[in-house]
Amino acid sequence: MKLILPVEKKSLDTAVCPSFGRTPFFALYDTESEEHKFIDNSAIASQGGAGIKAAQMLVDSHADAVITYRCGQNAADVLNAADIKMYKAQDGSVNENIEKFKAGKLPLLTQIHAGFHNHGGEK
Amino acid sequence: MKIAVLSGKGGTGKTFVSVNLACAADKSVYVDCDVEEPNGYLFLKPENTKKLPVAVSVPEVDMSKCTGCRKCVEFCRYNALALIKKKFLIFYEVCHSCGGCSVICPEKAISEKDREIGTIENGTSENVTILTGCLNTGEVSGVPIIKGLMEKMPNQGTTVIDCPPGSACIVMESIRKADFCILVAEPTLFGVHNLEMVYNLVKLFKKPFGVVLNKCLPEENPAEKFCIDKKINILAKVPFNQDLGKLNSKGLIAVRETKQYKELFQKLLKDVEKEAEQ
Repeated sequence: MKLILPVEKKSLDTAVCPSFGRTPFFALYDTESEEHKFIDNSAIASQGGAGIKAAQMLVDSHADAVITYRCGQNAADVLNAADIKMYKAQDGSVNENIEKFKAGKLPLLTQIHAGFHNHGGEK
Repeated sequence: MKIAVLSGKGGTGKTFVSVNLACAADKSVYVDCDVEEPNGYLFLKPENTKKLPVAVSVPEVDMSKCTGCRKCVEFCRYNALALIKKKFLIFYEVCHSCGGCSVICPEKAISEKDREIGTIENGTSENVTILTGCLNTGEVSGVPIIKGLMEKMPNQGTTVIDCPPGSACIVMESIRKADFCILVAEPTLFGVHNLEMVYNLVKLFKKPFGVVLNKCLPEENPAEKFCIDKKINILAKVPFNQDLGKLNSKGLIAVRETKQYKELFQKLLKDVEKEAEQ
């Protein structure tokens, strides 16, 4: 199963990035091979629709599930259309979140916000 | 001539100044560009009204022609399009109606269709013709409605443009065709902050402008001090006056009710015309 998490640094010891659409990188983790890699988020500098573009990238990288603190409505629409499941990230490192996911301890992300559209939002 | 009335925040008296200025002219057009909450009509009470829809173009995809090449998805700088497993998602509120996707599609699978986002209503109130822009609830941008209003504005005679508050895109669109800008300011420090925003905007647009100090009290006026410091022309001072408040709360127009304000706004109109000629 392919997991994707927004991360601020290219490391599995770093925390999950609070932003989805404008995270600098995504961590890709394969639960079967236990291999991982990082991809640059080309949506970070988007004038608008960063969530949509980032979600499209995730779809294109054949992710099965996303672990994130939050997700905007537009990005959620894209992920839902591709049947990508969204899980709610917990405080702790990316590694810890992956372990919790494997143990079935991560709840599904149910709260989808309307989108910040360049107006920030609390972390 | 076209006179735009603007301020850095709501509630300073844009509509008060615009409506009264329009009524002080022999004949004029009043344009309500505050499309998110137009309120000039509450005072002018237009008659013989006619409402026309305002629509924007959005893409429509013929999936029988789409090969999934994604040229349109990559082209859209606003990321309004997503393609998932041969299924198109179009985010209408993100789309800026540039039409680029339909041009770039090699299969000619994308056409444009109209999507209504609001209305423009016209009507009359004695000597004033009224154009009111109204954005539908939930829509993101009122700019297309402002553009529609600008097209409907006559090139002759006196036109007063009641702008939305602030200094964002929607205000820029509203003042683009203006020959003169009136900045309305309150006598507070917060008022100065908001005045500075629109002051910077009209300077950027190189528009001739002046300030109307509204709600003036006998005490010190920070907005007046700002104008003196920056050598900004103070066109008029309107007092903080209970009778004026009562007229406004009843939806009455001061110029049509009192000699004092009729003279004040006729003088303001004359002064603005003189200023704009220079």
